[in-house]
Amino acid sequence: MTDFQPVLTARVDKHDSHRLSVYAADGGYRTLRHALTKMTPAEVLDRVRASGLRGRGGAGFPTGMKWSFLPKDHQGPVYLCVNADESEPGTFCNRVLMEHDPHQVIEGVILSAYATGASTAYIYLRYEYPTSFERLQAALDECYAAGYLGRNILGSPFSLDIHLHRGAAAYICGEEMGLIESLEGRRAWPRIKPPFPATKGLFGQPTVVNNIETVACVVHILDRGVDWFRSMGTPPDPKNPSDPGSFGPKMYGISGHVNRPGCYEAPLGIPCRELIDRFAGGVWHGRRAKAVVPGGLSTGLLSADELDTPMDFSAPMRAGCLGLGTGCMMVLDETYPIVDFLHNSCRFFNHESCGQCTPCREGTRWSLELVERIKAGRGRLADLDILLEMSDFLGIMPGSTICGLADGAAWPMKTAVRKFRGELEEYIKKTNPTGYQETRPVLFLNHA
Amino acid sequence: MTAPVLNDEIRREIGDFFPRYPTRRAVVLPALHVVREHLGYVPPAAVVELAELLGLAPAEIQDTLSFYGFFRQDEPEGRHRIWICRSLSCAARGAEPLVEHLCHRLGIRPGQTTADGRVTLEVAECLGACDHAPAILVDRKMYKNMTVEKIDEMLEALE
Ligand SMILES: Cc1cc2nc3c(=O)[nH]c(=O)nc-3n(C[C@H](O)[C@H](O)[C@H](O)COP(=O)(O)O)c2cc1C
Ligand code: SF4
Ligand code: FES
Repeated sequence: MTDFQPVLTARVDKHDSHRLSVYAADGGYRTLRHALTKMTPAEVLDRVRASGLRGRGGAGFPTGMKWSFLPKDHQGPVYLCVNADESEPGTFCNRVLMEHDPHQVIEGVILSAYATGASTAYIYLRYEYPTSFERLQAALDECYAAGYLGRNILGSPFSLDIHLHRGAAAYICGEEMGLIESLEGRRAWPRIKPPFPATKGLFGQPTVVNNIETVACVVHILDRGVDWFRSMGTPPDPKNPSDPGSFGPKMYGISGHVNRPGCYEAPLGIPCRELIDRFAGGVWHGRRAKAVVPGGLSTGLLSADELDTPMDFSAPMRAGCLGLGTGCMMVLDETYPIVDFLHNSCRFFNHESCGQCTPCREGTRWSLELVERIKAGRGRLADLDILLEMSDFLGIMPGSTICGLADGAAWPMKTAVRKFRGELEEYIKKTNPTGYQETRPVLFLNHA
Repeated sequence: MTAPVLNDEIRREIGDFFPRYPTRRAVVLPALHVVREHLGYVPPAAVVELAELLGLAPAEIQDTLSFYGFFRQDEPEGRHRIWICRSLSCAARGAEPLVEHLCHRLGIRPGQTTADGRVTLEVAECLGACDHAPAILVDRKMYKNMTVEKIDEMLEALE
């Protein structure tokens, strides 16, 4: 691990790193040229599959497998949607790539489109990233002028257009089916799967949705090889047949109560504590961590004694969290009240629920009202059980909702109450010593 | 007949999006952005004209528009839009007093526009700048590691 060399972030601090001339001088588009002249799309796909690359957008789905679900010999068009909606609270590493190395992103998009046979790619970019928008647009213009995009790229038979599509400040547009609906000009209501995007996605055509960091990884897999990629990470868990392992470099974001918040690249599986202490300079003001969100708000909380958890795709689940998520951590120090965490989280998911599924729409609102009541000093100990019961019922995993936003709403509640129950009970007893009871919201899921 | 709300320039900019998508419906969101950038809002009359331009029913445009809390319909935004993040990393590093300070300095609540039409204030969910929390997006510029003093400086500099 000591000889690890960053590749995804290798150029981000360089002067003018976003310009084509500088990227080309660093060997940029060499990999593309090689692939277009020496490799078939199937060979590129095989290479990506063999690398074990898993999606960096949150779900960790194996990228090569996702691509192989596309129908063979389809008449087209096939679409590639690149997910740059990056709205999961705590998450900002895609922004670093797009602002400081847009050409690396674009080279990854072109290679991914080549492998999947896509003739048009849309980069769905959140509106709140104006600098990313400007840099990406300028980089795309440079690419068209230089023959890296458009018809017959670099004289090959392969043609591709890439368009930027800006969102409008709605978290749900990052969910792949919400993204597709939004791109089609409709409200971003996630669709029920199946059909999966691979068979019927954007404009009813076969579609692949991938995250910005995922496509950037493709460049390095082709450049440095499968063995290099698999030389870092966590091998498959022999006790878990569904774990394909976690390989390659990862961009970790760290924010919250640390001395040096930022984006740091490390091999998948680096312990959470090492990221906080070695990279981010430790918890601020010489304090200790109380809790850490491992990978975006949806993933829930690790407690202070779970910080040796390796940051790979499986270990955060074993520690009772939703998963690795986006790998962007938020550190809360020993003074930060868990009730404030709960309130912030419930407010976010209540605001962002698209309203389509009743358990999500109503559940996120009830939980917010309930936590507001606790926070205001009118909580009851039984409210904690209600929160648990509600969150255990909420999401794709228990089967009550269409998309994963609801799971994301549930895990912060589950982990906060299960791992920090003592503190929450203490708070309730202290702020509501008379046990004053209010009747709203009335919520008895199974006891009615 | 009254003049159209969507002038030639707006129509031209929207038209530039047509070749990028196989359907006109997919142009709805880019078109709404164009209208907002020019007019500061998307009044009902613009919805009707957009519908005609894109070959859709006004209700279809309205359906998409109203899904995003982003577009205003009653009155234009101020000349500047200030979005202050309230999500966890910013909240943990002191965003809440900053929201209060902004409200106090501007004399408005989040969602409102100052009477002189200078500033619209909004609270935002995570702006993807948590490495610089507390973060505030003002028009196209991200203000980083904000404090009360830096907010005052930023406000002074806004015309
Ligand atoms: C509510 C919700 C929001 C999401 N937001 C994003 C996002 O902003 N960016 C992203 O890449 N994936 C996001 N995802 C995951 C996508 O649905 C999808 O799995 C991902 O883009 C696939 O790309 P990958 O396989 O390369 O990771 C979100 C999922 C959910 C349920
Ligand atoms: S789970 Fe929530 S966000 Fe997802 S589709 Fe249902 S209501 Fe919408
Ligand atoms: S939490 Fe404020 S920018 Fe992410």
